[in-house]
Amino acid sequence: MPGLEDLYREIILDHYRTPRNRGELPTPPASVAQGHNPLCGDEITVYLQVDGDAVTDVKVGGQGCSISQSSASMMSQAIKGHSVTEVKALVRRFKSMMSIPDPGGNDGAADHPDGESNDAGVSGSGGEVPDLGDLEALQGVVKFPVRIKCATLAWNTVLEALDRSSAPTAS
Amino acid sequence: MTTSTSRPSAPPADHRLDVGADLGSLKARFPLLAREIDGAPLHYLDSANTSQKPVDVIEAMDHFTTTSYAPINRSAYRLAAEATDAFEAARARVARFVNAGNPDEIVFTKNATEALNVVAQSWGGAHLGAGDVVLLTHMEHHANIVPWHIMATRQGIELRWIPLTTDGQLDLTDLDHLLDGAKVFAFSAMSNVLGTINPVADLCAAAHTAGALAVVDACQYVPHNVTDVQAWDADFAAFSSHKMCGPSGIGALWGRAELLDATPPFLGGGNMIADVRVDGYTPAPVPAKFEAGTPPIVEAIGFGAAVDFLNGVGMERVHAHERQLTAYALDTLTDRFGDEIRVHGPTNPTERGGMLSFEFRDLHPHDVSQVLDQRNVCVRAGHHCAKPLMRVLGAAATVRASWYLYNDRCDIDAMADALDSASDIFGLPTPRT
Repeated sequence: MPGLEDLYREIILDHYRTPRNRGELPTPPASVAQGHNPLCGDEITVYLQVDGDAVTDVKVGGQGCSISQSSASMMSQAIKGHSVTEVKALVRRFKSMMSIPDPGGNDGAADHPDGESNDAGVSGSGGEVPDLGDLEALQGVVKFPVRIKCATLAWNTVLEALDRSSAPTAS
Repeated sequence: MTTSTSRPSAPPADHRLDVGADLGSLKARFPLLAREIDGAPLHYLDSANTSQKPVDVIEAMDHFTTTSYAPINRSAYRLAAEATDAFEAARARVARFVNAGNPDEIVFTKNATEALNVVAQSWGGAHLGAGDVVLLTHMEHHANIVPWHIMATRQGIELRWIPLTTDGQLDLTDLDHLLDGAKVFAFSAMSNVLGTINPVADLCAAAHTAGALAVVDACQYVPHNVTDVQAWDADFAAFSSHKMCGPSGIGALWGRAELLDATPPFLGGGNMIADVRVDGYTPAPVPAKFEAGTPPIVEAIGFGAAVDFLNGVGMERVHAHERQLTAYALDTLTDRFGDEIRVHGPTNPTERGGMLSFEFRDLHPHDVSQVLDQRNVCVRAGHHCAKPLMRVLGAAATVRASWYLYNDRCDIDAMADALDSASDIFGLPTPRT
């Protein structure tokens, strides 16, 4: 088994202890989505303020393990101020880093044939994709397969919040 | 149904196990526990989840598979009769283990969950209607909740709940009021999270006084205690083989004969019928009525062997050994971590079974479990399939360490050492002791 230092990087523990963008946004106008990991009880709530094509604000709530909560904190930093298209590309890039194939397979992000030696995992696609930044610290999670769902919970939840923001306000 | 008249194959001989006073030598009978990971021994502390298997069970299943395996209850040749006899002998052993009135009161199911579903959906389907009350407790796991939710949706039954005291016991203050008008009282004999051992016979008596059936979820209790369903005066009891040194894929529903007779079949198919016509069918008598299709035959043999193994050790000794380990674990964790560890459930080892659910400092149970795994300490982290209870405890998740007859103090010490390293990794000062 790889060492825990691959999993619990200092930057991850920092985001866990001091989560960024913690809180709520009024809904509406913000959209909100909740994600659960039924296996372990991790919970993430993502509030998104989308104006036009831009994610102008994001807040995160919930509770769970260090990986799920730090991933959510880093996600909130990484997407704020970016366009919806860029955020979706970032989600694909992050999931690719987590060795999760892109079901659409349309942007070349899922170009890692196996989950074994996924070293960088973030090179390549278009310049408009926001930088992974601190998120690269989470690539060690791939070596601990049971924790991948912890790391991706916030990302699946933000996709759901994006879908809701694009839906008619009546819903 | 084919009835065998041939001589039964010789069942595996009962083992009178020669074990030391502390049961420590038993570890050697469990091949998996000899496994090392990263060159270090394994500390398996997840037996409330599922137990490891002794060589006695593994060999009994292997022996049956290689010498006597054949269909049961449906073919006339000698080999099939032999297999049928072995299968029924296993049922008789399981029946004796819980002191059932007769072997036919034991229905083999897939697991305890299926057994509880038979009670809720089949017995309940025939005997419960809109507004009928089923009383549950806040310490139930999902297997004794969701089947009743299904019946609430399907037939409009009403669910009531017994709350808990702050130390994880059932709060029986309003029991009579809650039982008033109830048709069923379904409760666990031992909590799978808190370890609380409930006063089963008293609860059965209270149910009967109120005119309710007593349904006992005994899957945590039977593996660790002397069980006597008649002394309980229960109506139904459910338990699983895999938590008591037997294989997974088989469990048991015990029910009083007249109640099983009054319960419609759960699944339809072969083996569960006396007759099938184009215009209908006649079910077989119990227990076959509830055993549609080819059952887990080899697993039944293993279940019987597990019961033999446990009888060989002696359930009083199993219980005493676990109680000693519980006291040792409570002392060790309290001594080493003081207020930094929050243990749920009764603090008196005599009021609980062999498990501890706890929260450690402000670390999330997943992270604790991850660090413990690095030291080969296997514990469960999560909601333990008891989400209503977790809400009562105000915890989204806990770490649960649970032990069995094959565990020893080294396992507890290894867990405590690993908790220290969790503090280090998360940059917390070593707890004062």
